[in-house]
Amino acid sequence: MTVQPLGFEKNIRELEEKIVELRSIGQGSQVDLDEDIKKLQKKLKRFLRDTYSKLTPWQKVQVARHPMRPYTLDYIREMTSDFVELRGDRRYADDKAIVAGLAKFEGITVAVIGHQKGRSTKENIERNFGMPHPEGYRKALRVMKLAEKFGFPILTFIDTPGAYPGMGAEERGQAEAIGYNLYEMSQIKVPIVVSVTGEGGSGGALALSIGDRLLMQENATYAVISPEGCASILWRDAAKAPLAAEAMRITAQDLYKLGVIDEIVKEPLGGAHRDHKRAAAILRRVIRRHLAQLIQKDPEELLEERHKKWRAMGVFSE
Amino acid sequence: MQWWFKKSPFSKVKRSEQKIPKGLWIRCDNCKEMVYKEEVERNLKVCPKCNYHFRISAKERIDLLVDKGAFKELDSGLTPLDPLKFKDTKKYLDRLKEAQRKTGMRDAVVCGEAKVGGYPVELVVFEFAFLGGSMGSVVGEKITRAAERALEKGWPLVVISCSGGARMQESILSLTQMGKTCAALTRLSEAKVPFISILTDPTTGGVSASFALLGDVVISEPKALIGFAGPRVIEQTIRQQLPPGFQRAEFLMDHGFVDMVVARKDLKLTLVKILSLFGRKGEADGFR
Repeated sequence: MTVQPLGFEKNIRELEEKIVELRSIGQGSQVDLDEDIKKLQKKLKRFLRDTYSKLTPWQKVQVARHPMRPYTLDYIREMTSDFVELRGDRRYADDKAIVAGLAKFEGITVAVIGHQKGRSTKENIERNFGMPHPEGYRKALRVMKLAEKFGFPILTFIDTPGAYPGMGAEERGQAEAIGYNLYEMSQIKVPIVVSVTGEGGSGGALALSIGDRLLMQENATYAVISPEGCASILWRDAAKAPLAAEAMRITAQDLYKLGVIDEIVKEPLGGAHRDHKRAAAILRRVIRRHLAQLIQKDPEELLEERHKKWRAMGVFSE
Repeated sequence: MQWWFKKSPFSKVKRSEQKIPKGLWIRCDNCKEMVYKEEVERNLKVCPKCNYHFRISAKERIDLLVDKGAFKELDSGLTPLDPLKFKDTKKYLDRLKEAQRKTGMRDAVVCGEAKVGGYPVELVVFEFAFLGGSMGSVVGEKITRAAERALEKGWPLVVISCSGGARMQESILSLTQMGKTCAALTRLSEAKVPFISILTDPTTGGVSASFALLGDVVISEPKALIGFAGPRVIEQTIRQQLPPGFQRAEFLMDHGFVDMVVARKDLKLTLVKILSLFGRKGEADGFR
């Protein structure tokens, strides 16, 4: 797996390249370079820790959008077994920007639903860069209803630039599909654990987010509009996106302070894109802990608490 | 066009409309014709030439729909804060102050109890002049409270939307209002209290993508822009021009998302008719 370096990772990349170089020299000759490599690796760790402990909001946006960041299907593969994908909304089509299905998680059957980006250009076109159409949201709701019927808890994974702003999407009711999901999810009688794993892009992300627990990975973002969109409206210049990212308080740390999310989930050193397995293992443990609490509750208690949680959102004075 | 109307490239004569005293005539946003302002006012702010419905204020809307003297405003003390300390080219707090001065309101909706044709309702009316009718914490809270009062009293909830969507300056807190308002609606629905949603120009973004299209009955004013994404964003994404009428009320009705498109002059009568069909809570019980 090659990790494409981000703009702010220049010194990290240089070190990584040096280590690779030393390794290849070391293999071909009798010179023992292990000591040097170890030293460099230590230095690399320090660089990573320094860089990633003080990322700016805009840098976090880049990490959240990193093309090697684990996506929903990666988490499903790492965290669950016996995954069976369920396709289609039974109304119009199957939207590949959202994946949904059933799987075993820690020994119990759960529904897993999430946005799905592609890695190659071809796959991204197929997945529409993780930007769903109405049928994606309707498929998600269909699988949630199915989970409710059979008493399976629901895990959702949020990672989308936003719902797709296209002609077909509007014709088939993008707004209605999102609104209806918000409405229905607030009363689904099984536990819902939401994990924001990448970009939380506006209503298109919210439509899978009305749950009992909102978890967010430390480099994930969540906002009402993309930084570029906000910048082009308020600053009339999309290039001001870094400023918009800062102004909108889009990081997990900000959302935790604002009381919107329940927990920040750690990522491996240098971001989830550097180690999918470890990222999934950490997230899995956190989800498991929350799910264990939630499945104890009877449906009325669960719904009452979910309602209270969402009822309390917002800051104003009276 | 007659030849003598053609503008000579040498002509220095100013165009006649510039001589008209300012304020007496206005240009219709839709047909671009000059129309007599008083006539437009008399016609409930609808263009007499092309039937375009000009945007009206929350106050005008209440006067139009509510029985005379039968409106009691509630929750008017709810005031927005600036939890993100948001600043773009201007501070959010300054934008709020300016909007408050301009509209005399604290935020972008007016809520209260009203009677429409004698029927009591919980009413929410958006004010577009307040930051584009955008929904932040206060707007979400007021809608939620109106839904809760409707639930308690068994009165229908009527929301008249006129909004560009969720308010950027409260970012995630605006976004979560979409979930909050929808959660309040599910309770209303379970208690079998009607929700009538009236869409006016424009109803887009986080307002259309939450409660606005979930009415038991959804009514729209003619030609209102209704959609998830704004037309400009779509055009930039697909790199082509949208066909005329795209995302307009009639388009949404054709695609099955709006029950009826009703002219402003008929809006109150239509609303009263619908309220009478739903009846008062428990009215139908005696019949069984």
